[in-house]
Amino acid sequence: MNWPAVLALAAGTYLLRVTGIVLRDRVRLPGRVQRYVDLGATALLVALVATAALTDGTGFAGWARPAGVAVGALAAWRKVPFVLVVVLAAGTTSALRYLGVP
Amino acid sequence: MRSLHRTIDPDDLRDALALAAAIGVVGASFGALAAAAGVPMSLTMALSLLVFAGGSQFLAVAVVAAGGSAIAAVAAGLLINVRHVPFGLAVGGNIADRWSTRLLGAHIMIDEGVAFSRARGSGGRGRAAYWMCGMLLFVFWNVGTVVGGLAGSSVPDTDTFGVDAAFPAALLALLLPSLRQADARRVGLVAAAVALLATPLLPAGLPVLAGLLGVFAARLPADDRRDP
Repeated sequence: MNWPAVLALAAGTYLLRVTGIVLRDRVRLPGRVQRYVDLGATALLVALVATAALTDGTGFAGWARPAGVAVGALAAWRKVPFVLVVVLAAGTTSALRYLGVP
Repeated sequence: MRSLHRTIDPDDLRDALALAAAIGVVGASFGALAAAAGVPMSLTMALSLLVFAGGSQFLAVAVVAAGGSAIAAVAAGLLINVRHVPFGLAVGGNIADRWSTRLLGAHIMIDEGVAFSRARGSGGRGRAAYWMCGMLLFVFWNVGTVVGGLAGSSVPDTDTFGVDAAFPAALLALLLPSLRQADARRVGLVAAAVALLATPLLPAGLPVLAGLLGVFAARLPADDRRDP
């Protein structure tokens, strides 16, 4: 890494962050389109969850991580407090790895 | 930020702190990894302070560590950050009224903060959640980076603690309320399937963006016939 690269990544990332906010302000979106924009955010976040839970690089993440995420998901669905969801997910994965599950 | 102080919900603060603690651990692993890859501490800190997007920071350092050029590292990092554009479209109205404050708030836009804010609605609570989550994560991420950078190789592999499972689980927990609607569930299912299928085929960042195709599943073909 060098300074020009770091500053280019920083400036580019900031521009990407601002672009959506500016677009949102400039363009009046009808209610139906607004719903699709909202669904777009849902789509991205669910895609993030799926890839972060199951993949590492271009391959499968191993069983420990998805198992932890599944326990966390089940806890969240059962309305367990958010803090516990986070702890249960990490704890399950950590315990499985301790037992030698990849 | 007087109004922010007034509208902070204690439960939201506790939840955001849980996320922040986890991100502090990941920040420490980033600091240690960058140090191991030979990145000077000043550049590592600049990445965490000025870029503040974990995925792209890890990727950029990994590209350089693997012998890639700085340009390749920047391109890979930016590609993974393109998702912030649709995020801004979705939560842009929920950051601030004044442009100066919005420009500041843009910098702390991060996956967890976006999900956190959306889960708290578009009113004052959602706005307070965006700022609180973003600022806490910013502070913990940067403190973590410093600690990791100084501790270097004595930082244990964070996968041992299972934090890599904590983030998808936390995001999913934040998404569950919005997934109560049938159209959002269909969109989510297709988005997840597309992103997973694309992962072995496309460079990092694109599979998640490809998940946007899930929006096409919002309406069932049958809905068109039933519409008045």
